[in-house]
Amino acid sequence: MTLSPDATITRTPSAARWHDVCAYADLTPERGACAFVEGTQVALFRTHDGALHAVANLDPFSGAQVLSRGILGTRDGAPTVASPMYKQVFDLRTGVCLDDPRVALPTFPVRRGAGGDRVEVALAHEQRQ
Amino acid sequence: MRLVVIGHGPTGHRLVTALRDRDAAGAWRVTVVGEESRPAYDRVALTSHLTEGADLAYPAHGEEVDLVTGDPAVSVDRAARTVRTRSGREFGYDALVLATGSAPFVPPVEGRDLPGVFAYRTIDDLEAIRAHCADLTMSRREAEAIRGAVIGGGLLGLEAARALQGLGVAAHVVEVAPWLMPRQLDEGGGAMLRRHIEGLGLNVLAGTPMKALEAGEDGRVARVALADGTSLDAGVVVFSAGIRPRDELARGCGLPVGERGGIVVDGTCRTEDPAIYAVGECALVGGQVYGLVAPCFSMAEVVADRLLARASGGWASGTSAPAEDVDENADVDAGSGAVFAGADLSTKLKLMGVDVASFGDPFAGAGDGALDVTYTDPVAGIYKKLVVSDDARTLIGGVLVGDAAAYPTLRAYVGAELPGSPEQALFGGTEAAGGDLPGATVICSCNNVSADTIRCAIRDEGLTDLGEVKGCTRAGTTCGSCAPLVKKILDAELTAAGIEVSRALCEHFDHSRAELFDIVRVRGITTFTRLIEEHGRGRGCDICKPVVASILASLGHGHILEGEQAALQDTNDHFLANLQKNGTYSVVPRVPGGEITPERLIVIGEVAREFGLYTKVTGAQRIDLFGARVEQLPLIWKRLVDAGFESGHAYGKALRTVKSCVGSTWCRYGVQDSVAMAIRLELRYRGLRAPHKLKSAVSGCARECAEAQSKDFGVIATEKGWNLYVGGNGGMRPRHADLFATDLDDEALVRTIDRFLMFYIRTADRLQRTAGWLEGLDGGLEYLREVVVDDRLGICAELDAAMERHVAAYSDEWRDTLDDPGKLARFVSFVNAPGTPDPSIAFEPERDQIKPVLIAGSRLEVAAR
Repeated sequence: MTLSPDATITRTPSAARWHDVCAYADLTPERGACAFVEGTQVALFRTHDGALHAVANLDPFSGAQVLSRGILGTRDGAPTVASPMYKQVFDLRTGVCLDDPRVALPTFPVRRGAGGDRVEVALAHEQRQ
Repeated sequence: MRLVVIGHGPTGHRLVTALRDRDAAGAWRVTVVGEESRPAYDRVALTSHLTEGADLAYPAHGEEVDLVTGDPAVSVDRAARTVRTRSGREFGYDALVLATGSAPFVPPVEGRDLPGVFAYRTIDDLEAIRAHCADLTMSRREAEAIRGAVIGGGLLGLEAARALQGLGVAAHVVEVAPWLMPRQLDEGGGAMLRRHIEGLGLNVLAGTPMKALEAGEDGRVARVALADGTSLDAGVVVFSAGIRPRDELARGCGLPVGERGGIVVDGTCRTEDPAIYAVGECALVGGQVYGLVAPCFSMAEVVADRLLARASGGWASGTSAPAEDVDENADVDAGSGAVFAGADLSTKLKLMGVDVASFGDPFAGAGDGALDVTYTDPVAGIYKKLVVSDDARTLIGGVLVGDAAAYPTLRAYVGAELPGSPEQALFGGTEAAGGDLPGATVICSCNNVSADTIRCAIRDEGLTDLGEVKGCTRAGTTCGSCAPLVKKILDAELTAAGIEVSRALCEHFDHSRAELFDIVRVRGITTFTRLIEEHGRGRGCDICKPVVASILASLGHGHILEGEQAALQDTNDHFLANLQKNGTYSVVPRVPGGEITPERLIVIGEVAREFGLYTKVTGAQRIDLFGARVEQLPLIWKRLVDAGFESGHAYGKALRTVKSCVGSTWCRYGVQDSVAMAIRLELRYRGLRAPHKLKSAVSGCARECAEAQSKDFGVIATEKGWNLYVGGNGGMRPRHADLFATDLDDEALVRTIDRFLMFYIRTADRLQRTAGWLEGLDGGLEYLREVVVDDRLGICAELDAAMERHVAAYSDEWRDTLDDPGKLARFVSFVNAPGTPDPSIAFEPERDQIKPVLIAGSRLEVAAR
């Protein structure tokens, strides 16, 4: 299954509640930031083309909350983040680890708010802590 | 079947290892009886044990080998087939191998038993010399130098002299022959070596026999009396005047020995008694005793082969053959064709930083139908001689002093026709070889590996890198001198097989790091976006982005967190701190040269206490503070910067530290102010971004307390200035630095390092330390010297200017960050809750400090990467 960045956004669960987390301009292009949403750490990324992605901040390989500090890039065209700890690369759209496809990060719906200058994240019910 | 090996030196160890490796069925039960109190160690590297504290121990044998140490064998009963040790233990054998080695020859001169007179063979000898010199140091008056003498100017004698020098002894080398290393070198080579050795502060007396050793008032040795009536002061005397085979056990049981010693064996290393073999320095094979490690190892391999043939030669394994059966069956090991066919006595070594090599027969003369082709450069200290057949085509032998880069190739051509003229061969014209070497040519003489063996291994096993070839064939694993040649054979094989070794950095760039560096430099590119749009594809990754960030930083394009550059940085550079396993960071302020005032030490202590950080002193003479959360970093650095500290760049692929010893200011032995030089160098190169981290050290004398020879660039003080070493490394793949330039004054030293660093930064691969870069550099150290000293490429002015730009543009990264709200914005825990600390970070106490607790979700096993 291949998803475009837009498709990720449309996967919004109906039960989700959107959280305003920061201004779009707060996000450095091609860098991440971490948001604390209902007890969950969400890694937010703004890629080169301006698209937004949100995955769990927890690096499953090291157990540390660090993925928002990884380097962004592409692999075969897919937008990626590399864990700053042991450098595994994850597909930002699906959360799948491209170095070990048995592992996937939880992904979160993310969008620009009504005015376009804010960033909003939603958690599925089971993702709330 | 029972095998007893007497002697656990390098040869005995090699025999047992070779046998165990190949005796899969376990046909032989092996007992080794050793005289020394410790298991086998690398005797060849004895001096480095003293000067570098190298661990010389060989790998231990498995449990199936019984090793007896410190209990020498005293007799062999050939009829009963037993060996008795000094403590009275008795071991029965079906086969016995004598690997008893040799004893240093001490000529029968008066005074040879005085306290302070030593041999140079074992670790115990070395310890005794060290203790004696320490005692002399303690009891001497004033700061007078301790003097010593080494009797014998051969290979081992020069090693011993280096060891004495390492102990702070001013040493004389007394050689009876008219030149140094008379067994390996001709007169011209010996004379050139002498110039080098004397340049290092040793006094050489050649052609001067000694007469007697004389005692001082305290009854210890004090003088060496020479045959010409003069004498030398020497509070310590070391004999290295040759070896005598240890053949007393063989004599005791009636085995024939040579007139001048040595257990007589045939080409299979077997004695007159078919159950007994002798290998190594105790064996007399073909009328000769071999004192070099390579032929001794060959003998060990031959006997291992013969023993395996015995085991499969008709006896049921595990049962003892009755003695009479064996006597009837004297060729029990004939199932093996292995013979010791004489040895290649070629040698290459580095004596006190001087390359010396001798190969083939360097002494063949006109009478043997041979011609000499010699080259002497007294300024560079280079002497080269090739001995060729009278038609100047076939290589017979040669000597190289001062530059032995051509050794592996030349040695491989001994006995074969040279591909070009002797002149071309002398000046490295055959260097490109590898593909065209004759198949039977022995490439690795230490392990007797031929070119064909290497080629077959590459083809059959599908090997693609040097490490694999070494592991598979053992070529290049002992002295390492043939490794460049092995690499060339590998490259030639891969090319022939159509395998192209890709130099592409990653999927986004087809270029190597060095190529990208040139593109960025020449085209004046200042952003990653332009570089990847014009020369790459995609949007980069965690491999190419930090490389480009480093290139831009090396070329001086501003603060590493400025604009688009910020997005390229690895997390360490992005937060100007070192990420630790629980997501916190560590902080290392710069402490130039390791010199620090009490006031600053107190500031570090106060900051650590206030922020609850774990504190540890690093190996590079500074202090690391662990456990800082991202949002704490600016607060911590505000305190440090206010107290005058700067970033230590512990997080960057950049200069880390320049370590130092206290030098001539405080130390009784220091000859230069090493602290001042270390601070000068550290302040000059701080902030310099490179393909990998850079480490340095400055030692104030030859005792080398700052460990400069394990650094990327290391400086050691001499009476006349500074010696510069380059390409050293600690860590996973330790490498001793190479002596690059000697007796430089301050300015010449700095200029040479400037160029060395800039050339490295321009041309090295991603994450390649100077050690690997230097090893891979075509033309090696000599080429590097041509580039940075002789300016062969005409780029020195450019390299100098680049370094001047770096020095002028330096600014403390942390101070600049604190002054810039835009850069500070990143130091928050959560973008929507900047005041909330990350709740997943927790600590627990350990030894009165903190340690991290991982409380976040499950952890996956990290595959080895």
